[in-house]
Amino acid sequence: MLGLNKKDMNLLLLVAGLVIFAPFILNPFPEGSELAQFNAGYPDLMQRFVIFGIFAIGFNILFGLTGYLSFGHAAFLGVGSYAGVWMMKLLTMNVVPAIMISVVVAGLFSLLIGYISLRRSGIYFSILTLAFAQMSFALAYSVLTPLTGGETGLQLSLNDPRVLGISATETGSIPVTHFFGLEMRDSFELALGSWLFTFNAGYYLCAAVMLIAFYLSIRIFRSPFGMMLRAVKSNQQRMKYTGLNPKPYTLAAFVISGMYAGLAGGLMVSMDPLAGAERMFWTASGEVVLMAILGGAGTLIGPVLGAGLIKYMENILSKINSTILHEWFAFMPDGIEDVMVTLVYPFIGKGWHLTLGIMFMLVVIFLPGGLVEGGQRIARLFRRRGAKTDDSGAEQSQNTPAE
Amino acid sequence: MDAIILQILNGLDKGSAYALIALGLTLIFGTLGVVNFAHGALFMIGAFVAVTVSRLLTLSHQVIDETRTDFLGNPLKVDVPYIYGWFGESTGAAIIDWAVPISILIAIPVMILIGVIMERGLIKHFYKRPHADQILVTFGLAIVLQEIIKYFYGANPIPTPAPQAFVGSFDFGALIGFDANSIIYPYWRLVYFGFSMVIITAVFAFLQFTTFGMVVRAGMADRETVGLLGINIDKRFTIMFGIAAAVAGLAGVMYTPINSPNYHMGMDFLVLSFVVVVVGGMGSLPGAVAAGFLLGILESFASMGAVIDLIPGINQVIIYLVAIVILLTRPRGLMGRKGVMEE
Repeated sequence: MLGLNKKDMNLLLLVAGLVIFAPFILNPFPEGSELAQFNAGYPDLMQRFVIFGIFAIGFNILFGLTGYLSFGHAAFLGVGSYAGVWMMKLLTMNVVPAIMISVVVAGLFSLLIGYISLRRSGIYFSILTLAFAQMSFALAYSVLTPLTGGETGLQLSLNDPRVLGISATETGSIPVTHFFGLEMRDSFELALGSWLFTFNAGYYLCAAVMLIAFYLSIRIFRSPFGMMLRAVKSNQQRMKYTGLNPKPYTLAAFVISGMYAGLAGGLMVSMDPLAGAERMFWTASGEVVLMAILGGAGTLIGPVLGAGLIKYMENILSKINSTILHEWFAFMPDGIEDVMVTLVYPFIGKGWHLTLGIMFMLVVIFLPGGLVEGGQRIARLFRRRGAKTDDSGAEQSQNTPAE
Repeated sequence: MDAIILQILNGLDKGSAYALIALGLTLIFGTLGVVNFAHGALFMIGAFVAVTVSRLLTLSHQVIDETRTDFLGNPLKVDVPYIYGWFGESTGAAIIDWAVPISILIAIPVMILIGVIMERGLIKHFYKRPHADQILVTFGLAIVLQEIIKYFYGANPIPTPAPQAFVGSFDFGALIGFDANSIIYPYWRLVYFGFSMVIITAVFAFLQFTTFGMVVRAGMADRETVGLLGINIDKRFTIMFGIAAAVAGLAGVMYTPINSPNYHMGMDFLVLSFVVVVVGGMGSLPGAVAAGFLLGILESFASMGAVIDLIPGINQVIIYLVAIVILLTRPRGLMGRKGVMEE
């Protein structure tokens, strides 16, 4: 169905199910309970999950398939955001044109940067992309202030000359973003017992876009084009000897992943019409690298998992403070409680970056295939234990990459 | 003319920092073939060695000063550093004043130790893995080191002053025959420049004139053959990693009076140092040093008012612009050798 084999279709359906029922899945703890702080089912965070998922999927098309490590991908996301906000300022508050222009502008920008950067490979390519991204950041922050809003960022104002639409609502506030009339901040709340589930229009728009993006990435992975990109990664020399020019393929991959980043940027401003230069800073590029590697570069679902994990840690783990920790360990004798809190405290709350860094290092050292490979290893362990006579063990070990 | 000399001088201190970090990066790359993204973190750790030393030196105990009273008429309690008791008040005060230079002595063994632990504990396992993996694991390590420092020292910059003798500026213009007050230059920046020149010379002399350095250079040229001659090249390369860490650390120690150290200063410098290494030519030590000073000075020229008026924003992007132009026109950098990092 849809040009996918059964395995990929199941994966797509699984992701679709997870995304559609995310408001339930991410809110497993009843309102008001002690564990409610682990609930991630609020619209803002769910939107971020899927948007950064798109960003990471796009990055993975470049890094996972061709092996070119770009350290400047956030620039495309930033450029996409700016383009989106401008569209809202000048044309309409409908998010569709904004998202479209974001993708187009980011695509053009990545074509330019990719054309230059891809003349080199390896570390040089990383440095070139990093240099371009840092340059864009510095320019957006200083000289291009009329275009980007500089330090304060680009935001909507009450006297934007919106061609299709009104500059200000009757109550004198800035109109909100909408999808053909459906306001992005509209939410439907469902109370079941002591659970409260929020279904947000913006989230479902992002989720739908993300599913399309995910579907496209599966198709790219399975296409002859995807095979060419893998060939670029494994041996460019051999590829050239067989009479194929790797350059157009890598450039296409670069532009596609740049457009994914632009799409993420466009969705980001559709949810919250504000674009700032810090989105283009190189640490933001580093973050998407972390996401892809942590989840599993070169796998289909890995980057999405990585994006979800990092955003969850950033928003939930970072909120835990020492008071909450004391509550958790309250069942222990006093002395041990204090010791436990001191031991755990550096890794959570403000120190969540430390946990992230350690996790990342462990993954790079022991699990080059990321969390997905970890999951596969565990699954294989169970399968082997379950059916030792089964011959599929040998077959399994052959198709470890991709999934 | 005086404006040009001033800009060159202004570029020297940043250029020195770039040159020192890039030198260490190149040493590691040239010997071990590893792209070390954690090198900025080593620079930062060096700066925090200085912070730690100055804190240890000012460790105090409370003493009741009978001669003075507080507003209630009770004898005043004053914090007296232990060191006053050991060396007398004036010597003690001088030692505290000279905390940053003293840190150099402590930073050398500490940084060599950290470097050796890093190489033996982590990087050793990454020689056979792709460059991308090396970049990633050292990037992760940089985050971890940075967060550890943040946990112990907080997120705010910690001012660490230079010795009193070097605080303030002097009139450099008058010295070389320009009008008085045309070129004012802070003492410490000159010290920093001189210090970095000493370190750079020392590293080059070490590599050029000692047997150890000779073996290391031979290993850089052809590791396998040196190994076949029965020399334990791995051990020497490990020590070189330690030395590269020490160079970065010393650059950090001496940089503290110029910029108060904070936990992310390493990352800020790292990005630029990589650009410097690439511009200088991957694996070329003189290239790294030359490019460091070149880019430092260019950056300071680009921030001149006249230049900014001509091309707005040039001060923000000059380094990256130069890097892009150089990488595209001279792919091996200014002094890169053939066959280094070329697939």
